[in-house]
Amino acid sequence: MTTQAIAKPKRKLLSPLNQRRWRNFNRNRRAVWSLWIFSTLFILSLFAEFIANDKPILVSYRGELRMPIMTFYSERDFGGDFPTEAVYGDVEVKCLIATGGLEDCFDDPDGLLEMVESGGKPDIDGFAKGWTIWPPIPYSYNTIVDVRGVAPAPPSDTNILGTDDTKRDVAARIIYGFRLSILFAGMVTIGSSLIGILAGAVQGYFGGWTDLIFQRFIEIWTGMPSLYVIIIVFAIVGRSFWLLVFLTILFGWPALVGLVRAEFLRARNFEYVRAAKALGVSDRTIMFRHMLPNAMVATVTMLPFLVTGAIGGLASLDFLGFGLPSSAPSLGELTLQAKQNLQAPWLGFTAFTTFAVMLSLLVFIFEGVRDAFDPRKTFS
Amino acid sequence: MTALLDVQKLNVRFRQDGETTHAVRAVSFQVHKGETVAIVGESGSGKSVTALSTVQLLGDSAHVDGSIKYNGTQMVDAPEADLRRVRGNDISFIFQEPMTSLNPLHTLEKQLAESIELHQGLRGTAVTNKIVQLLNQVGIRDAESRLGAYPHQLSGGQRQRVMIAMALANDPELLIADEPTTALDVTIQAQILDLLAELKQSKGMSLLFITHDLTIVRKIADRVCVMKSGEIVETGPTAEIFSNPQHPYTQMLLAAESTGTPLPVPADAPIVLETDAVKIWFPIHRGLLKRTAGHIKAVNNATLTVRAGETVGVVGESGSGKTTLALAIMRLIRSEGAITFQGKEIHALNQKQMRPLRNAMQIVFQDPYGSLSPRMTVAQIIAEGLSIHEIDPTRDRREMVAEIMAEVGLDPALMDRYPHEFSGGQRQRIAIARAMILRPKLLVLDEPTSALDMTVQVQIVELLRDLQQKYKLAYLFISHDLKVVRALSHKVMVMKQGDVVEAGDADAIFDAPQTDYTRALMAAAFEGRTI
Repeated sequence: MTTQAIAKPKRKLLSPLNQRRWRNFNRNRRAVWSLWIFSTLFILSLFAEFIANDKPILVSYRGELRMPIMTFYSERDFGGDFPTEAVYGDVEVKCLIATGGLEDCFDDPDGLLEMVESGGKPDIDGFAKGWTIWPPIPYSYNTIVDVRGVAPAPPSDTNILGTDDTKRDVAARIIYGFRLSILFAGMVTIGSSLIGILAGAVQGYFGGWTDLIFQRFIEIWTGMPSLYVIIIVFAIVGRSFWLLVFLTILFGWPALVGLVRAEFLRARNFEYVRAAKALGVSDRTIMFRHMLPNAMVATVTMLPFLVTGAIGGLASLDFLGFGLPSSAPSLGELTLQAKQNLQAPWLGFTAFTTFAVMLSLLVFIFEGVRDAFDPRKTFS
Repeated sequence: MTALLDVQKLNVRFRQDGETTHAVRAVSFQVHKGETVAIVGESGSGKSVTALSTVQLLGDSAHVDGSIKYNGTQMVDAPEADLRRVRGNDISFIFQEPMTSLNPLHTLEKQLAESIELHQGLRGTAVTNKIVQLLNQVGIRDAESRLGAYPHQLSGGQRQRVMIAMALANDPELLIADEPTTALDVTIQAQILDLLAELKQSKGMSLLFITHDLTIVRKIADRVCVMKSGEIVETGPTAEIFSNPQHPYTQMLLAAESTGTPLPVPADAPIVLETDAVKIWFPIHRGLLKRTAGHIKAVNNATLTVRAGETVGVVGESGSGKTTLALAIMRLIRSEGAITFQGKEIHALNQKQMRPLRNAMQIVFQDPYGSLSPRMTVAQIIAEGLSIHEIDPTRDRREMVAEIMAEVGLDPALMDRYPHEFSGGQRQRIAIARAMILRPKLLVLDEPTSALDMTVQVQIVELLRDLQQKYKLAYLFISHDLKVVRALSHKVMVMKQGDVVEAGDADAIFDAPQTDYTRALMAAAFEGRTI
């Protein structure tokens, strides 16, 4: 037998175990479809600024290409009067862009604009034809829609899902609200699972007094009425997204501790852990190299509850009016408006459909993940 | 004569991940009334699957075809209601693991009453009387007072007796025993086998006995079926098979016995390990202030010396403190009393101070399935200690791993596989390689062969002997298997409930045991009889 060193094979992306899990996940068609739909929606929502915005994506002004989404342009940059940011929805600004900044836009913007758009060429010095590319929905989540009628306005050509009670476009708010919910849930889940896993690992691995003291601390900590704390802190320092993320993690991390602790308590007496101790491996290495990978299965099974719980938590805070600032695109706030404006059913239907689709997709995906991790489940 | 159980051309296939595993191939055998048939084979030979398939107790992933006739009734594809009537009533089961086959939350009375009420329709005191009678029958002393006992209050042997009582509750015609004594100590094993033989006699039951232990087969069976990779390779009356085996596999099984004697140790070999009256007591705390009310005396006054190239065997039944002693010597648990390793007192060192010494003392555990981390490749597992102890830091790690794998008889090309791809014997070789790569002076072997098949056991014993000779290793060999201990040990220490009852040269102890306990152990281990 050769004792020559065997060349290390190229490391595969997934270990055989994970390959099996991936295969198992792929067998669950519903989960796979849900994953695709959800990923598409989420990635689209990440580019929400290009889908729903009150600034054009691209403007050609006097032959020069400008991206108002990315950069600040004042009205003066388009030949107007104000040093403030150009209001691209105004007919004057539209006219200025289309004509290359003609003074005449302040006299008869509608007429000029119509003429240019129908292919005409006004006989005025300094005319340079410009154009604008708008996002599919020309409103951002906080744009006040300037149309006639009472708010909330029903769905129409300009607002496909209607407007809410401050005349903001519901479709735009849904897109931004979906992104915000998912990002919030993602950050809270990642943050609280990192802390929770670490705390559970330490408790379970060392046991004894460490465990005892930590357990009592967690009991006191979880006894704290977190909702009140959030409301009080918001009242003192003011509302903000990042503060809410911080506070939710602060009170959310004990969710995973019990589970990870139990897994580590179980694993600390396994023979391979003993063998590692006999080799002289340090505690930290044993915890993270030997025990954590085996505790991950139980943890992954628990994650969906954290994700959906975080989405629900954010929505309920907003619904109660104690969540994000009221200008923020929040699905919970939309639900609250739906309750307050029962004469405007499109608000309720939209909020319900969004929540139902989002949470169902997540549940289907995680159901597939859980089954794929289950070593006893067989897929024929 | 028609057979009670007639199995013809039985095939069992398991499907997982789209792959089909053919576990049992065209197996045919009969069990007649009042007969004991043993199915013998090594792990993975399909013997348990065959037994479970008789009453369709396999999971959903199993596909059974062929014919299984019980008393002339076809069992394959029989309706679930018919099967339930047969299970537990006409055919009873005893499983291997007495620790998990009783519900820990039910008392003995409740466990036993369930099946009696279900199948016999008895109620009230009639049930209790029947239970007491059954418990007396299986030899549980003072049965009436034990009715309220929970499984954890019983010893392993007693639990297995309760399992047998449960199996006998409805006077079955056929008892299927799946390795019923494997998890038990040798002396208790012998008692249970006596009990089964006696019950079979008095009730005229048939017995289908599944085991890997040929000593048991020789003692209990009328006929033997030898199974290998899902097929019956040889079948015949017990005496005939043992005296004149036809199939090469049967011959190999019969020949597989750890033999040979340890190689002599030079008189001037240096002392590697010395312990002086090691004591491991676990305190029992009681009351509000957690006063120490007493101690569980796991090990009392264990004194031993191991020299380079020498093997000291520690034998005893479960609960005798063998493993605890090993863990204390490895400094993985606390103990009192001096432990001197290579002239250095180590019993007072903390984990950090121990770390530089760890490469010289290594341990191999019993369970080759539990002692290797399932998420690491073999190369990672074996090389883990190298970086901690900085052994030959300039050499290529993979080269060193390949070298040691070749030395313990593994193909180095397999080093990037995961443990689950290896058999039990190969895994034990990996565990040995992990210890040996650090070039230890002392190797503590905690039942390294117990979980392995006989043929594999022989190979591991040979490997250990070769390594000892080559590296002048000192072994502390812990086992309940006296045959293996005899093949390897120079000195033997017999432990019982924490006390050392006898210690001395191996030959002296095996040839002329001084205490009753040692004599009982030997009789059970070598001849399978009780004293």
